[in-house]
Amino acid sequence: MRSLIVKIGLLFMLPFPVWAHTIIVAPGAKVATLKQAVTLAKNGDTIRVEKGTYISLNTIVDKELTILGQNQPILDARFQEEVLTITSGHVKLDGFIIENSKTGSMRDFAGIRLSNVEFVTISNNILVNNFFGIYLSNCKHIEVLHNHITGSNNIENSGNGIHLWKCKEILLNGNYVTLHRDGIYFEFAKKCLIENNFSEKNIRYGLHFMFSDDDTYRHNTFKNNGSGVSVMYTRRIAMLDNTFIENWGSSIYGVLLKEITDARIEGNHFIRNTTGIYMENSDRITVTHNDFISNGWAMRVLASCNKDYFTQNNYKGNSFDVTTNGTLKEIYFNDNYWDKYEGYDLNKDGTGDIPYRPISLYAQIIEQNPQSVMLMRSFIVNLIDKVERAIPSITPESVKDEKPRMKPWKR
Amino acid sequence: MLKIAKYIILDIVRSKVLLAYTLLLLAISLTIFLSDADVTKGLVSITTVILIIVPLVSIVYATTYYFNAAEFTEMLVSQPISRRNILLGKFIGISSSILLAFFIGVCIPVCLFAFSATGITLMISGCLLTLSFISLAFLTSTITRDKAKGIGLALMLWFYFSIIFDGLVLMFLTLFADYPLEKAMIVLTALNPIDLARILILLQLDISALMGYTGALYQEFFGSGIGIVFSLLMQMIWIIVPLFFALKIFKKKDL
Repeated sequence: MRSLIVKIGLLFMLPFPVWAHTIIVAPGAKVATLKQAVTLAKNGDTIRVEKGTYISLNTIVDKELTILGQNQPILDARFQEEVLTITSGHVKLDGFIIENSKTGSMRDFAGIRLSNVEFVTISNNILVNNFFGIYLSNCKHIEVLHNHITGSNNIENSGNGIHLWKCKEILLNGNYVTLHRDGIYFEFAKKCLIENNFSEKNIRYGLHFMFSDDDTYRHNTFKNNGSGVSVMYTRRIAMLDNTFIENWGSSIYGVLLKEITDARIEGNHFIRNTTGIYMENSDRITVTHNDFISNGWAMRVLASCNKDYFTQNNYKGNSFDVTTNGTLKEIYFNDNYWDKYEGYDLNKDGTGDIPYRPISLYAQIIEQNPQSVMLMRSFIVNLIDKVERAIPSITPESVKDEKPRMKPWKR
Repeated sequence: MLKIAKYIILDIVRSKVLLAYTLLLLAISLTIFLSDADVTKGLVSITTVILIIVPLVSIVYATTYYFNAAEFTEMLVSQPISRRNILLGKFIGISSSILLAFFIGVCIPVCLFAFSATGITLMISGCLLTLSFISLAFLTSTITRDKAKGIGLALMLWFYFSIIFDGLVLMFLTLFADYPLEKAMIVLTALNPIDLARILILLQLDISALMGYTGALYQEFFGSGIGIVFSLLMQMIWIIVPLFFALKIFKKKDL
C-alpha cells in the first residue's frame, strides 16, 4: 500500500500541463455529453462540465479522470438506468446534481456506483430521487465528502442513501442523507471512518451496519429515523460523540446493538428516543461519558449481555433508566449521575453514600406484564417504587451503582 | 334553583378554605412552571399533583359544606321549593365555586405557560374530575345523616379511587397475565374517573410509544373520535349517575 501512495505522490509531482488536458462539456458544444468526454479523454485528464442538464444513462467512467461540475450541472437518468458508474481508480467527481435513477427489485440501481476501485473521491454532489444514492462495492480508500442525498421517500421501493458492501478504509465526512430506506448502510465494510454526517427522516434506519469491524463513528447526528440506528454482528467499533435524537415510536431505538463485542460508546447524546440503547448478546462494551436525556427507556439491557461497563454517564428525565428481561450478570454501573437518585452524601465527596438501583420495580412489573403500563404515573406506582427503593426485595440485587454522582457530569 | 346556587357561591367565596385551595393550586402550578424550563415535563408533574389533590379536596370540601349547611337546607325545604331544585341548586353552587378555584389555580397558569392540546386536555379532565367527585360527595352526604360518617365515607371513596382501585387492577393483571386483557383494560379504565383522566392526559403527552402493544391499542381507541366521545361520556356518567342517585335519595329522605 505504501508503494502505491508513493506512486500517487509522484503522479501529482509531475508538471501538470505536460500531459493532462482539460475537456469542457457544455450543452450544444462539440462535446455535449459526459459520455463523449470520457471516450475522448486519457488517463489523468480533467473534464469540466458547464452548467446545464445532461441525460446520463449509466455513463461509465473507466479512466483516471477528474470530473468537475461548474455551477452544479444536472445528470439525469430519467428513471431508465443508473446515472454514473465508476470502474476506474483515481477518479474525482465533484459538484454535480445527480438525479432520477431507475428503481427496481432485481438490481440495485444507483445514482453513483463505484465497483472494484481504489482512491476515488466523491464530493459536493447533490443526489436527488435516486433508488440507491452512492453505492460502493468492493472498494478501498474511497472518500465520500459533503454530499447531500435525498431519496424518494417511497416506502415500498426505496434503496439506501450511502451503501457500502465489502469495502475497506472508506472515509465518509459531512454527508447529509434523508428520505432513503437506510441512510448509511454498511455490510462487510472494515476500518472505515464515518464522521460529521447527518442522517434524518429515513424510512428504516439512519445507520445500519453488519459485519463491519473496526469502524469509527464520530460526530454524526441521527434524527427522527423510521427505526433509529441498528448495528449488528460487529467487533471493535467505536461510536464517539454522536447524537441520537427523536427516534420515537414503538420498537424504535436510538441505537440497537445486537451481537456487538468490544465496542466503545463514548460521549454520545441520546435525546428523546423511545429507547436510548437496546442491547442484545453484546459483550465487553464500555459505555462512558454519554448523556441520556428524556428518553422513554434510557437503556434496555437484555440478560444475554455480559461484561458491560457503564460509567460516568448522565441519566436525566428518562421515564425508565434501565430495564431488563431476566437476571443481569457482570453488568457494571459506576460513577453515573441519575436524576432519580434520592440518596445523600454525608462526607461531601460528590458521590452518594448509598447505592442507586437503576431498575425500578414498576419497570420489572411492566417487563413481565406489559398491560400494566396502564398504571403509569399513578399514585400506587409511585408508592410501590418508593417502597421498593427503601427496602429492595424484588428488583435484582446485582444491578446497582455503588457510587452514584450527586451532581451531573459537566461536559 | 339558580338563586340558591347564587347564595351558596357567595357564601363559599367568602370562606377561607376555598381561598387556601386556590392559592395551593396556584402555588403548585406556578412553582412547577417557573422552576422547570421544559413545559411538557411541567405538565406531567402538574398532572401527578392534580390527580391526587383535586379529587381529595373536591370530595371532602363538598361533603363538609353539605353537612355544615344542613340547617339552611332544612329551612329551604320548609319553603315552597321542590327538593330537586334545592339539591341541584346546591350542586351548581358548590361545583361552580370549586371550579372557579381550579380555574384560577390551574387553568390560568396552564394557559399562560403551556397552552397546547395537552394543556387543554389537562384543563378539561381536571374540571370533569372536580365535578365527578363533587357528585360523589353529594351521594355520600345524602346516604348518611351523620357528619363524621359522611366525611369518612368520602375519604374512603377517595382512597378507593386513587389507590385501592389501581392496586386491584395490578392484582387482576398479574392473576390473569396469560389472557389477552387489552380490551378489558379499556373497560377497567372507564370504571375509575381518575384513571380515565390520567390516561387521556398521558396519551396526549405522546407517552403511548412506551406502552407497546397496549399503548398502541389505547392510542387507537382513545385517540380516535369515538374514543374521545366515549371517554367524555364516561366522565359525564361519573358526574350524572351519582348525582341522580343522590337526588333520588334526597327526595324521599326524612330530614
